[in-house]
Amino acid sequence: MDDTVAEYIRRTVLKIPRDEIKMMLQKWGFLSEAQLQTVNFHQIKDNISQEVVQLCEENSADIKQAAVLDIIYNHIYQNKRMWTVYQMKKSGEELEYFDITDFKKKFKGRLRSALKNVTITFKEYEDNAIWIRVAWGAPNKKPNQYKPSYVVYHSQTPYVFISPSVLKSNLPLLCQALIVASNYHDIREMELRSHSLNSLKDIVFKRYSQNFQTYCPKHMQGGNVEPESADIRIVQENRSEKERIHRLNWEVFGGGPQPKLEYAQYKLETMFKSDPKMGVLDKKEPFRCLVKFSSPHLLESLKSLAPAGMADAPLSPLLTCIPHKARNYFKIREKKGIFPESFVSP
Amino acid sequence: HIATSLPLPSERDHLRPRIDLIVFMIDIKSKYSLKNVEASLAHVDTSFFLGKVCFLVTGVGRMNACSIETNAVCKLAEAYCSPVLFCELELEGIRVATAQRLLRMLQICAGHIPGVSALSFVSLMRNSNDN
Repeated sequence: MDDTVAEYIRRTVLKIPRDEIKMMLQKWGFLSEAQLQTVNFHQIKDNISQEVVQLCEENSADIKQAAVLDIIYNHIYQNKRMWTVYQMKKSGEELEYFDITDFKKKFKGRLRSALKNVTITFKEYEDNAIWIRVAWGAPNKKPNQYKPSYVVYHSQTPYVFISPSVLKSNLPLLCQALIVASNYHDIREMELRSHSLNSLKDIVFKRYSQNFQTYCPKHMQGGNVEPESADIRIVQENRSEKERIHRLNWEVFGGGPQPKLEYAQYKLETMFKSDPKMGVLDKKEPFRCLVKFSSPHLLESLKSLAPAGMADAPLSPLLTCIPHKARNYFKIREKKGIFPESFVSP
Repeated sequence: HIATSLPLPSERDHLRPRIDLIVFMIDIKSKYSLKNVEASLAHVDTSFFLGKVCFLVTGVGRMNACSIETNAVCKLAEAYCSPVLFCELELEGIRVATAQRLLRMLQICAGHIPGVSALSFVSLMRNSNDN
């Protein structure tokens, strides 16, 4: 077995939390159950990984198998990576039947014709997700296994989720291979990024609870305002206002959990509006400014702003449109017209 | 009666009993709460400031997260001739003690303690604050 493969397997095992190593190796399936029984999973990780490498040596593991273990690790710990959503476009033909073998062949073919040294690994999961791992090399260099790109493609949809390698120059090639393999003719990057892959899927597949304009009896909406109605001797003076806020919030966000995003970024290219006497900006140039909202769970925190009294309800549509528009990076420019209000660019 | 700001909604005017004491709660972690109180003070009838108004500053247990200066609150209280209490709601002991103090003040303001009026009580409190 190649030294580099051994080292890669060793380092991959070291990344896994000790309690999960056995489970992940079982998922991998490369080592037999009998072999796994011989490993003491209670010793320090350094020793565990050494033992695993030795067993892999016995089975003559190559980089292909090691790459599969890496995909398994990244599938379970997918939230450690930052994912961007891409949308592919067809030129208007009917959807053809998706053939996975054909897809893989075309994908590999396209990449290898441009770059000889790449490691390409596929793994399919039950939810129709195809995980692709690509390790990039150069004409004279073997692929760098430590900086791969990951792609998640749901074949029934035009969406691709990419977690690019830090070696950014390979991204166009990756996109090209994807459209060739999947028979689309164009791919564009959506302004939607997050660590939570499932939440990104929820947003583009519209799986989160949206509030549709259906008739909802009033008592159901206002019901949740004071769940722990303490003492009857305590009188809430602003009850109707609280109920109004709750109702508006429910109308905007719906009742269920929100998809998990960490950032919303607004790039402003609008004119600075100030008292002319202040003379802050003499030139009539757009004032460039970046506003970034960050939170461990941005949408839930926006949802709780008005009920917590920290913001007026309804919230600005710039914030509430995030899941509907499937984007969290915006550019706001001046509207060129009679009313110089800002407008969100497509 | 709990309200988020003044003036109180007029739709409940007929349900409201006589108001004996107004406690303005200021969260030391929130500049907004101070602004809110300052705006609400403008809606209070002047007769209340003869001992029937009190400021309660909460969150003093977490001074590393404070956004407003206690100096600013004390100046505000002085301007409105009313006392300031400081407390930490997250600690049960202090919470209970503060509640008892407020209750005592309320009893005085409602006229339940013979010989002590709201005005005389508040001037007692002001003297002890002038250090």
